[in-house]
Amino acid sequence: MTSDVNVAGAERWASALGGAALAAYGIKQLKDRSPAGAALAAAGTALMYRGATGYCPMYSAAGINTADARDDTQAHLSGSRGVNVEEVVTIRKSPDELYRFWRNFEQLPRFMTYVDAVRQLDQRRSHWTVKGPAGRRIEWDAEIINEIPNELIGWRTLDGADVVSAGSVRFVPAPGDRGTQVRVRLQYDPPGGRIGSAVAWIFGKEPSQTIREDLRHFKQLMEAGEILTTAGQPQGGK
Amino acid sequence: MKALVWHGTDDVRVERVPDPTILNGRDAIVKITSTAICGSDLHLLDGFIPTMKEGDILGHEFMGEVVEVGRDNQKLKIGDRVVVPFTIACGNCFFCRKQLWSLCDNSNPNAWMAEKLYGYTCSGLFGYSHMMGGYAGGQAQYARVPFADVGPIKIPDGVPDEQVLFLSDIFPTGYMAAENCDIKPGDTIAVWGCGPVGQFAIKSAYLLGAEKVIAIDDVPARLRMAAEQSGAETINFDKEDVFDRLKDMTGGMGPDACIDAVGLEAHGHTLDSYLDKAKAAAFLATDRPNALRQAIHACRKGGVVSIPGVYGGFLDKIPFGAAFQKGLTFRMGQTHMMRYMKPLLDLVREGAIDPSFVITHRLPLDRAAEAYHTFRDQKDDCIKVVLKPHSEVVH
Repeated sequence: MTSDVNVAGAERWASALGGAALAAYGIKQLKDRSPAGAALAAAGTALMYRGATGYCPMYSAAGINTADARDDTQAHLSGSRGVNVEEVVTIRKSPDELYRFWRNFEQLPRFMTYVDAVRQLDQRRSHWTVKGPAGRRIEWDAEIINEIPNELIGWRTLDGADVVSAGSVRFVPAPGDRGTQVRVRLQYDPPGGRIGSAVAWIFGKEPSQTIREDLRHFKQLMEAGEILTTAGQPQGGK
Repeated sequence: MKALVWHGTDDVRVERVPDPTILNGRDAIVKITSTAICGSDLHLLDGFIPTMKEGDILGHEFMGEVVEVGRDNQKLKIGDRVVVPFTIACGNCFFCRKQLWSLCDNSNPNAWMAEKLYGYTCSGLFGYSHMMGGYAGGQAQYARVPFADVGPIKIPDGVPDEQVLFLSDIFPTGYMAAENCDIKPGDTIAVWGCGPVGQFAIKSAYLLGAEKVIAIDDVPARLRMAAEQSGAETINFDKEDVFDRLKDMTGGMGPDACIDAVGLEAHGHTLDSYLDKAKAAAFLATDRPNALRQAIHACRKGGVVSIPGVYGGFLDKIPFGAAFQKGLTFRMGQTHMMRYMKPLLDLVREGAIDPSFVITHRLPLDRAAEAYHTFRDQKDDCIKVVLKPHSEVVH
């Protein structure tokens, strides 16, 4: 991971606010020359730093990265509930070319099998329309929760969405002349009822397969300029 | 249009199907003037290749005239005369950039199927099962060619179809098999299988400087062709012990390189070949690698085993100990077509080789089903069948 951000959005706010409180409390204790006060102030300052920068040296040392979609979503879904998917593909293009294409969300339906349309609402928010079974449509709003140009985009569905989901895409330079490793993480909480069965229909028994195919199509589009199909070719009688 | 359609094991028929159309921007539609049946098509006829579906159009050795070009294809024009390679390649992925064209990342729409069996997908192929892309093939009057700005090679007027048609597969395939032998002066190359790929491997081995090529088969007409057309020495495995003869013919050393131009349906008269047949019938193994076993056993120490013959699944009782202890090198895979088409076209135009020497049968497409059986059953000394899809076209 080359990103310097490893703490997720909500957690960053909690860190910043909690850190500030802790630091203030510790500094007050310091005045009383309490050794515990010094430790509290230090910890509080570290938390504030973590909140302000999105970087936690302890998380980094532990290899924990809550800025990754899985953990953003885990925070959002309060736990590791739901379905977690992680897929990676290497594409012979530079990280910035791939990032630029992806960041233009309205282009995503060109390679995402089940996504009908994405409408950009503003810089951070977008509206998604997805194919469901029997021609039914599922819609939701999503927002960007983390973004580092040319490196990372993280998103989650907004409160009130039928599908509670979060994800991230990372663009990491690949060794040699191989291009870029594009790594997608996605977590979603399968809702119940009709929407739930629609989501289950989309992702099937193997949700990673859908993501893998979408990433494969992204690669084809970027490298070959088109996604080859055989749909509509001639065929003999059965 | 008319096309040859696969209906099941041992059941192919010529029938009317819809005409192909442009489906992707880089496509072209080719009106086919000549098309051939490949030895590897016989594996489809015999049901050895998985993921075939009833209704599939076969054929991957074809050429013709461009009649329609997709909007993103800047290379071809209507009226161009082209030979189409059997592999489909994007030209832009890691593998295409390394000239490993048959390993293209982006040309198999059913990549996931190949990944299940092979770990990673290889390039899409025309008319060769859904695992290999499910593309309609070229034993038809017209074909849609994807990534047609990368694969097809333009052919100048004045060179007859029959001299260039085999640039679509078997000539480059035989040539790559010989090139993989890393031939040095004085080398002896043994070639198992004197079908069309074997014939081109033999000729190519001589072109690349082999001292001696030994052709191994049990069909007299094929051994005769190898001897007469290329000057190969021959071993009829029906009458002679292959290992002993090879040892004797190489002064006790063994051949420097061995080419298995047979592949997964090898037959023979040794005990292991009957066992293979029984195991394949009982689904205990999928391929019958009798020729490959002999090649490994007979190869000299430190030699090369080059495999243009097609394998699809799992092999049993490969003498890997012999391969390891003798320090053999294995070279194999589908042909990296675009490396070879242009230089081999130049050889044809210079008169260094006339690939039409392998043709034994010329028939209209209408008789393709019959031709499959003639070829498979090696009737009528059949070695290579060329089909004419449009009776009015003369080249």
